[in-house]
Amino acid sequence: MNVTSTESELRALMLASSDGDGAAYRTLLERLGAQLRAYFRGQLNRINRGAVEAEDLVQEALLAVHTRRHTYDPSQLFTPWVYAIARYKFIDYLRRTKVSAKDIPVDETDELTARDDHGPVESSLDLDRLLTGLSPKVKQIIQYVKLDGLSVSEAATRCGMSESAVKVSVHRGLKALALLMSKENRV
Amino acid sequence: MKTDQLIDILSTNLEPVKRGQIAKTLALALIVGGAAAFCVMLSTVGLRSGLTFSLHFLALKLLFTLSLLGIGTVLLARLTRPGQSGKKLSTLTYLPFLVIAITGAVALGFENPMMWGRMLLGMNWVTCLLCIPLFAVVPFVALIWFLRKGAPTDLRRTGAIAGLVAGALGATAYAFHCPDDSISFIAIWYGAMVALCAFVGALLGPRLLRW
Repeated sequence: MNVTSTESELRALMLASSDGDGAAYRTLLERLGAQLRAYFRGQLNRINRGAVEAEDLVQEALLAVHTRRHTYDPSQLFTPWVYAIARYKFIDYLRRTKVSAKDIPVDETDELTARDDHGPVESSLDLDRLLTGLSPKVKQIIQYVKLDGLSVSEAATRCGMSESAVKVSVHRGLKALALLMSKENRV
Repeated sequence: MKTDQLIDILSTNLEPVKRGQIAKTLALALIVGGAAAFCVMLSTVGLRSGLTFSLHFLALKLLFTLSLLGIGTVLLARLTRPGQSGKKLSTLTYLPFLVIAITGAVALGFENPMMWGRMLLGMNWVTCLLCIPLFAVVPFVALIWFLRKGAPTDLRRTGAIAGLVAGALGATAYAFHCPDDSISFIAIWYGAMVALCAFVGALLGPRLLRW
């Protein structure tokens, strides 16, 4: 598949997602997941880190894409936006884990073929553990709206909150999860 | 956790993106920051007394500060979006400094060197030195709040521009007090203090803006 068609397809999916199309969003995230996996594995290979770390970064980047999606300007290309986020998260990871340029081997040709892309593995992140880092109220709302798939109005009734308060809590909860995730990816 | 599980979470009950959020938050930060800088000016040094007010020099001071404010604001709106580096536009921020430095030097050239001390130091350069950074504090906090809602990827540059805009707001507020009517004074003290704010912003950016 050539680059321009990927760009226009992904961009169309992003625009539909911005209008609230959940199915388009799922497709978008799945395709981005695969691209990000290839990107992070390629980068991490050079510093002798494996697939699990790559998957940690894939998930961190996907969550970043989600919580920062309002920063995508629909008049601009989509791929550079995603790439800038992925690159930022990778550099941030290097700084967090204190990998210096010294750790990157000069001769990396053996390393390139040593690991193959075997598709997604599980990340080292544990969702239940991450969720315990949230306040009980927010955790409950994330559970209802995002894990159990209750609608916002149903969740609002169960929690005795307004719908907009539920939406705000979901948004805050995901941002807090993103923060917890980047703290965990420090090893 | 499997990535598919995360994708499930993110795409379930997806909310549409609110349009124009960035512009609204940025406008709010500038208004709150600008109003705060002006209030701090009023409650500390106060407005310049009406009798000695020189509209020409006020306009000149504002031309310098507002041009920096304008360029800086456009840059912040870009820097908060991943993939828009704003590198070319960043160089444009040097232009107001350059113009005012040249005009300041030319103005000195036309004057008797005996007058240089008064032109450069004015009546209260110390006040200027203290006030601009002081007035810039609240605007800086407001701009950092705005940027933390976005996704800046070049934290040092973004911090520097936030400092620059905050400094420009501080200098704008100070211009309504400033009793020194000399272009060389503006070039040195306004220029240096706004540049200092940008420098401090560049130092703080990587700490304050991580996401």
